[in-house]
Amino acid sequence: MRSGWLASLLALSLVFLVACDGKKSAAPPVQRGPGTPAYGDALVVGSIGEPSTLIPLLASDSASHEVAGQVYSGLVRYDKNLNLEGELAGSWDVSRDGLTITFHLRRGVKWHDGQEFTSRDVMYTYRVTIDPKTPTAYADAFKQVQRAEAPDPYTFRVTYAKPFAPALESWGMAILPAHLLEGKDITKSELARHPVGTGSYVFKEWIAGQKIVLESNREYYEGRPYIDRYIYRIIPDSSTMYMELKSGALDMMGLSPVQYQRQTDTPEFRARFNKYRYPASAFTYLGYNLRHPLFSDRRVRQALTSAINKDEIVHGVMLGMGQVAHGPYKPGTWACDPHIRDFDYNPERAKQLLAEAGWKETNSDGVLVKDGKPFQFTILTNQGNAERLKTAQIIQRRLKKVGIDVKIRVIEWASFLSQFIDKGNFEAVLLGWTISPDPDMFDIWHSSKTGPKELNFIGYKNPAVDRLLEEGRGTFDTEKRKRCYWRFQEILAEDQHYTFLYVPDALPVVSARLRGIMPAPAGIMYNFIKWYVPKEEQLY
Amino acid sequence: MTQYLIKRLIMMIPLLLGITLISFAVVHLSPGEPVEMQVAMNPRVSAEARERLRKFYGLDQPLHVQYLKWVGRLAKLDFGRSFAPDGRPVVDKIKERLPVTLSINVIALLLEFGLAIPIGVLPAVRRDTPLDQGMTVFVFLGFSIPTFWLALLLMYLFGVKLGWLPISGLHSFGSGGFGFLRQLCDLAWHLILPLSVATFGSLAAVSRYMRSSMLEVISQDYITTARAKGLSERTVILKHALRNALLPVVTLLGFSVPGLIGGSVIMETIFSIPGMGQLAYNGSMARDYPLVMGILVIGAGLTLIGNLFSDILYAFADPRIRLGKG
Repeated sequence: MRSGWLASLLALSLVFLVACDGKKSAAPPVQRGPGTPAYGDALVVGSIGEPSTLIPLLASDSASHEVAGQVYSGLVRYDKNLNLEGELAGSWDVSRDGLTITFHLRRGVKWHDGQEFTSRDVMYTYRVTIDPKTPTAYADAFKQVQRAEAPDPYTFRVTYAKPFAPALESWGMAILPAHLLEGKDITKSELARHPVGTGSYVFKEWIAGQKIVLESNREYYEGRPYIDRYIYRIIPDSSTMYMELKSGALDMMGLSPVQYQRQTDTPEFRARFNKYRYPASAFTYLGYNLRHPLFSDRRVRQALTSAINKDEIVHGVMLGMGQVAHGPYKPGTWACDPHIRDFDYNPERAKQLLAEAGWKETNSDGVLVKDGKPFQFTILTNQGNAERLKTAQIIQRRLKKVGIDVKIRVIEWASFLSQFIDKGNFEAVLLGWTISPDPDMFDIWHSSKTGPKELNFIGYKNPAVDRLLEEGRGTFDTEKRKRCYWRFQEILAEDQHYTFLYVPDALPVVSARLRGIMPAPAGIMYNFIKWYVPKEEQLY
Repeated sequence: MTQYLIKRLIMMIPLLLGITLISFAVVHLSPGEPVEMQVAMNPRVSAEARERLRKFYGLDQPLHVQYLKWVGRLAKLDFGRSFAPDGRPVVDKIKERLPVTLSINVIALLLEFGLAIPIGVLPAVRRDTPLDQGMTVFVFLGFSIPTFWLALLLMYLFGVKLGWLPISGLHSFGSGGFGFLRQLCDLAWHLILPLSVATFGSLAAVSRYMRSSMLEVISQDYITTARAKGLSERTVILKHALRNALLPVVTLLGFSVPGLIGGSVIMETIFSIPGMGQLAYNGSMARDYPLVMGILVIGAGLTLIGNLFSDILYAFADPRIRLGKG
């Protein structure tokens, strides 16, 4: 009750703020040319969370990885089209049998303290990652390695017991400086607060709870970045962050759909900022507990998907800032089969499928009944995500129209995991996954991953899918993998143990004085070292 | 006196133990574990990696062992290391944030009492005048307006529209290069908004208390006597009435002292102030056991010390307490 009251007050105040915006939109939009690239200036970025540690191996939050990503580099990275390319490794070869990967390291790369980067650093990073004493969440891919060797300072070779395609991606892990860490306890290292890497930016200072300052690495092997300083300000409240942006104290942040569509659509804002929009690497889904008798019949699940209007969700919840999802892969990537369509919105079809599954009669409330039991279930979702709650409400209304009674429960994240997900104590969940560029989804769908605390918590078991997943991760041949994953998507579209709902859009906004930004499938940050501010527009 | 002190000190030991037990229980009763909060729903983390993390934090041991180990370290004044991935000592994390919270709270408290006392006295003296009613409306307005809402509106007005004041944070860009005095001014400039909002919201309690206490004193016989002596109204109010009316309010001030080390999460979040409130809040959200327990124990410990001091002062004033009788 109380929070409802607060929310309406906040809504009221937002209306007021928006109303204020309207008066100011007289200024004509300023046309800006590309200008000439120049060194200097700073980019001030806002972040909701503060990084926990700047040793990426130990970090599990996105803020840490975002900052550390500028300071450290991996052997490989994703290019603008989400294909792997060499970073610290100039190139690599995979042996014919797919068991051995040899990385040829770049020569002459220097750590920020002047020491030379060699295969010793890679070897150290590998060893510390698999060391059982290291509290890291990322050891699993490296544990598949059977033998690691560094025959000379510029070669690093790993051998696997069987071909393992996600292995390559795992070498994108930030390489740590052996000369600063070897023989020391990594959990007590200074590097957590004062990192030394090989990346395009050098760590300068971290004022706890306020900001982190990075300076451009003039010796960077891909050339000195134009922007001299990268300043990361910690602003825990999103309304505050938005006001900081408008006042000019921030140059970049991620917008919400409402901000993107309604609050920033003024000539004044458009003259000062550039908005970008591209699909985020994530999707939201409704997952059914397959151990529950209600959802064991595939026709019922197909009916549920047919009864849900995904378009309506994208427009109502995301204000159109997203797209309907039909499968687990990001649209536009090679693993995503663009022809896959699951069940379009068709309530008549839903009713028919339900009738086939035995849900024919309705009780006095208009709810379908089978063997004397009404068709009733609860959608669980986590607290603090308004988009998911709204989505659940829209689904509730649509399912009511075909005679299904849905309840919604919102639960705090920790209890959500420990009391419901881990115990399999749920009927349906509304959640999201982040999509990694590598299409391997073994952990989420393979039948061996249905144990407690494992990620196939809905209990999906399909031998055909198991085979495809094993085959897909067992080869480096992209064409072969594509065939596996496209077939896999067809099966998912039939099985509908998840109703894939939508892929949201990432909505970054950047000050118009920054040039050189080229949106690509990987987003906008991939070419950050090429961003620049023309001399006459530099602020800092 | 020494005997009394020793007695009080010995009595603190079971109290402190109780505090540690309650802190430990409260923190461990909340659902979820630190490891869960860090790695749950991450496809790259296997069950084995999870176990490894639990072991690293000592979460695989039985609860009583965890408790004894923690208390054992506490006895040596070692609060342990945070369960956050940076693994820094809890004491360092608190040290980093305490000065900010403490100084903001002290200034806010001074402002609150400095403003609330006159705001309480004036309406009492001019009871039932428009001034009285106006002040009442004013302080209750402050009391009832949600601070986050007021804060957002003021930030928009002064920060975005007028550009007079900074919106959030504590320092300007590049303030590291300023001289000391300029840095101080810069800080003060950043604190105007948060302090005004906080003070406006807290005026009501003290000023209403002051008003009623003043009203009570004014109706006493000795005030009538003072007036009858022909003293000026000013002397009557300021010298005779105010002094006595202030006593209960000063007690109120005493109560707010332990609160000085706690920060308001909402205010700190909106104004991006890195204080204790945010530290404790984020710590509990991440189930950072040692950090949360450390903050709880330090807070409770300070309260105990505060109580001890006030008791000692009472003991000085009142021999009956000192002698342990009555």
